[in-house]
Amino acid sequence: MDYFAQQAINAIQQGSIYALIALGYSMVYGVLTMINFAHGDLFMVGAFACLLIASFFPLPFIVILILVMLATGFLGALLERLAYRPLRNAPRVSAIITALGCGLVIENVVLSLSPYAKPMPPLFTVTGYHIGGLSVSTLQLMIIGVSIALMLGLDFLIRRTSFGMAMRAISFDAKTVPLLGIPLNRIISVTFLIGAGLGGAAGMLYGQAYPVIAASMGILVGWKAFVAAVVGGIGSIRGAVLGGYILGTVEVMTVAFLPSTYRDLVAYSLLLVILIFKPYGLLGKAPNQKV
Amino acid sequence: MSALLEVRNVSRHFGGLKAISECGFSVTEGHAHGIIGPNGAGKTTLFNLITGIYKPTSGEIVFAGDRLDGLRPSRIALKGIGRTFQNIRLFKQLTVLENVRIAYDSQLHYSPLEALLTLPRMGRNEAESIAKSSALLEAFGLGALSESLAGDLPYGLQRKLEIARAIALNPRLLLLDEPAAGLNSGETAALTEFLRWVRTEYKVTLLLIEHHMHLVMGLCDRITVLDFGQKIAEGTPEEIRGNKRVIEAYLGADEE
Repeated sequence: MDYFAQQAINAIQQGSIYALIALGYSMVYGVLTMINFAHGDLFMVGAFACLLIASFFPLPFIVILILVMLATGFLGALLERLAYRPLRNAPRVSAIITALGCGLVIENVVLSLSPYAKPMPPLFTVTGYHIGGLSVSTLQLMIIGVSIALMLGLDFLIRRTSFGMAMRAISFDAKTVPLLGIPLNRIISVTFLIGAGLGGAAGMLYGQAYPVIAASMGILVGWKAFVAAVVGGIGSIRGAVLGGYILGTVEVMTVAFLPSTYRDLVAYSLLLVILIFKPYGLLGKAPNQKV
Repeated sequence: MSALLEVRNVSRHFGGLKAISECGFSVTEGHAHGIIGPNGAGKTTLFNLITGIYKPTSGEIVFAGDRLDGLRPSRIALKGIGRTFQNIRLFKQLTVLENVRIAYDSQLHYSPLEALLTLPRMGRNEAESIAKSSALLEAFGLGALSESLAGDLPYGLQRKLEIARAIALNPRLLLLDEPAAGLNSGETAALTEFLRWVRTEYKVTLLLIEHHMHLVMGLCDRITVLDFGQKIAEGTPEEIRGNKRVIEAYLGADEE
């Protein structure tokens, strides 16, 4: 039982990171119905931005987090402005290929600057606590706490602010929104800013949990978070969070109770089964059927 | 009374099709101005030109002294032009209140980042936005439905909500694209009264496309008639009623 509880904590940690990344995919899909395949690389940039800032300025964790989110956020918004906006009315496949290309460019820029994997220094002294048979570290608490705080902040932003209403309105009918006096492009830029910022935060947290970072680290994690977003229902904010936690849980539990090489096999098989029964994802809505 | 909107010699071509050609008219402030014409005459295209969805191929559109052609739709809306659509375009999965708040909030001019950095003011803005939007819904008789999803409202109330949403922009000019579409004659009569009330209560000039002649003749001060993208007549309802070209456009000319 203790073993299970221990794994549950690990699952929440892993799920939190997937959920943060999956949010970026889902938000962008919501406003543009496109998949930002460069998102995994923004996650990687978050880890490197953290390394860069931390090695020059010994700032408190929270300050570094904010700087990392701003840096990756602006990179995401820049990507939209320079690469995706000109293709707004182009076929979707062109936009998707562009996104893949942008991801590869970012990855290779980082690779040229940092050809080898780099160790990530811890940003604070990690202490472990033992409660009964459980061991929890301050790092785990930090990852889970920061992720949940960011997700609650996002939820507030989307439900309560006029930006959030405009963002939801765009995902239902982007053409009507400007006629109500709302600058469509600004809302889309901010959506990218926030989505990429959350991805960058996830990269920073991931770098603390697995303290060796490399230019290629965003590929697999990015794909997995994308799958999580689709399973949760792409375009749905809560779906992305749910999908992230499901994926994290399945992965961690598979490794805990089965041979560790089964991890991805079990995780993806389960996700495929979910999609067979819920083709729009767990919380996704089928588009309105027109008779 | 001066001209609030002037459409000056505007054309819009789609490839070889001249959807609007050299069309010109002006809308007097305070008037209800009707646009009628057979299907395909270019009426909705004209609305799309005024609201900036299309750019004119040639000609200019002037609103309250400023050129509109070339401006983005969101800028035009904020200059004071609200609009409803032939096929209702509410945000069906948002609540009634949210539909109105979106339009109301667009005038607040604060950026989302600014909002994050100045949380106390955001709280005040939110409270004001909810209060103003609720008051508007109350006036429109939709107060009790604020928390319903817009898509769950019956058709007639969706039409009303769409007008409320446009009014939330605080417009000087309200464009209504077939507001009576899908309504029976009793409902159309009620709509005519309702639009009169909207015009006085919110001091808004109306420009409406409509096929229901009772509504057009009963409500409008002036009527412009389009056919094949061109203006074929303009005048008071009485003048239009007796105009030979208008009758021909609707019923077809006798061929000799």
